[in-house]
Amino acid sequence: MARHVVATAGEIPVGGKKVVNPAGREICVFNVNGEHYALINRCPHEGAALSYGPVVGCFESKRPGEYALTRHGEMLRCPWHGWEFDIKTGQSWCHPESVKARTYKVEVVAGSHLAKGPFVAETVQVTVDGEYIVVEV
Amino acid sequence: MSATAQSPKVQTNDPAILGFVDCDVHPYTKSPADLDAFLPKRWRELRQTIGARSRSPFVAAPNYPRMSPGTGMRMDAWPEDGGHPGSNLNMMREQLLDAFDVSFGMMMPLLGRGGDSRDVEFGAALCTAANEWEAQTWCDPEPRLKAAVQITTEYTEAAIKEIELRAGDRRFTHVMIPPRGLEPLGRRRYWKILEACAANNFPIALHLGGTSGHASTGGGWPSFYHEEHPSYPQSKEALVTSLVTEGVFEHIPNLRVALVEGGFAWLPSLSWRLDKHYKRLRAEVPHLKMLPSEYIRRNIWVTTQPMEEPEQPDDILATCEWIGWDRIMFSTDYPHWDQDDPRYALKVRIPEKEKRMLFRENALSFYNLTV
Repeated sequence: MARHVVATAGEIPVGGKKVVNPAGREICVFNVNGEHYALINRCPHEGAALSYGPVVGCFESKRPGEYALTRHGEMLRCPWHGWEFDIKTGQSWCHPESVKARTYKVEVVAGSHLAKGPFVAETVQVTVDGEYIVVEV
Repeated sequence: MSATAQSPKVQTNDPAILGFVDCDVHPYTKSPADLDAFLPKRWRELRQTIGARSRSPFVAAPNYPRMSPGTGMRMDAWPEDGGHPGSNLNMMREQLLDAFDVSFGMMMPLLGRGGDSRDVEFGAALCTAANEWEAQTWCDPEPRLKAAVQITTEYTEAAIKEIELRAGDRRFTHVMIPPRGLEPLGRRRYWKILEACAANNFPIALHLGGTSGHASTGGGWPSFYHEEHPSYPQSKEALVTSLVTEGVFEHIPNLRVALVEGGFAWLPSLSWRLDKHYKRLRAEVPHLKMLPSEYIRRNIWVTTQPMEEPEQPDDILATCEWIGWDRIMFSTDYPHWDQDDPRYALKVRIPEKEKRMLFRENALSFYNLTV
C-alpha cells in the first residue's frame, strides 16, 4: 500500500469527479457534499468506466404513489446499464452484498504533513502551504 | 470537473472472444440531413418541408422514453467532436471493432425508418437512401462492417426491387425487417418479399423496431420503460408463431431468420407450447408437415443481447442446449445503453467448442461470411 497524491483539495467541486491513475490503477475520485470518496473506475457488472455515469440521488418509495428523492448526490448510475452504486461504500443498490465497486481510502492532507511521510506525487505539484487529496492504493 | 475521456482498456486473451462476429451494431447519421445526398430531389424536398409520417403517434421519439440521452445511448459513446453515438467510425473502431479485433459487424441501422413511413413511395426512397448511405459511409471505409438491406414491407414491388438491386453486392449480407409491422410477418401479403430474400440468398434479420401503431404489448400500452423493454420478446414470439403456423417455412424451406434484440430464453417454452397445440389442433393447420419446434430448429436463429441473466447463472447453459448451440449468435447492440460486453455478458463458463460457435462460427455460416 502506498499513498498517492492525486489532486489538490479544491480541485474537485461538490458533485464533481476526477479520474486518476495511481500505480496504474484507474480510479474515480468523487466529492460528495464536501467529503471525498474513491471507486475503481470499472463497473462490477459488465466493466463500463463508471466515470461516465451521472451522480444522482436515490428515488425511494414506501408504496405506489409515494416517492422521495433521498441521498442527494450520493449515488452513481452506471453509464451503460444504469446499475446504481452508493459512492460512499461502492455497494450496488440491488445486490449490496455481492456486487460492489472496489473502494479506496481517501484523505485530505496538508502539504506540510506530506513533506514528512512517504507519498507519491506523480502529476500534482505539492507545496507545504497547500492541501491535497491522497488515495491509498 | 468532468471525467477525462478514457476508454476502458480491453484486456482479454480469450481467443473465442477476440475476432468475434458482432450480430448487432448500430451506425447513426451525424444529422438526418446526411441522407439527403442519397435522396432524389423530390424526396429531399419532401423530407425538408413535410417530413416523415410514421404510424406511431410520435414523429421524432420512440414509443417510450429511454433512461439515457439520445434514445438510450451508452453514455461513454458520445464523440468528443459532436455528433450522435455510433456516428463516428473512428470511435466505433476504438470502442468495438479494434478493441476486440471484431471480424465482422452486422449493421442494423435504425435511421431513415423507411419501413415505418405511411407514404410508401417516400418510405421506399428512404430505404434506398439509407442502404446507399450504409454502403458508402460505412462498408467502403470499413469492410468489416456489413450492411442491411432496409425495405418497406408495405410496398412489395419496391421491396423486391431493392433486394434484387443489392443481391450480389458483398457489402450487403442481410435483409432487415422490423418485427412490429402492420400485420404478422407470416401473412400471405408478405410472402413475395420473403421469397425474394431466400431466392437471393439473403437471411432476414428481424431487429426490434417498427411503428405499426399497435400497442407495443399484447395487453395495451405500457406505463414504464421497465414494462416496454420486456415487450421485445413478445413481438418476436408473435412473429415466430405467425411464420410457423402460416406455413412460411413449409413454403420457403431455405428461409433463414435471425431474431435480433429480443433475448432468447423464451424460445424453448414457445416451442413446447406450439408443439402441444399442434397435437390438438393439427387439423386446423394441415399444411404443417413437421412439428412447430422442428421448423423453429431449422429456420430460426437468435442473437444474445439483451442477455438473459438468470438467478442461477448455470441455467443459461440448459437454455442454450434447448435452443441448440448452433443457433445462437453473440451480439453487443453497440452503442446502446443496454449493450453487452463480450467479456462479461455471459456469467458462466461456456465450453470452448460452444463458445467458438456462439461468438463466431454460427454467424459466419448464417451470414455467408468468409474471413
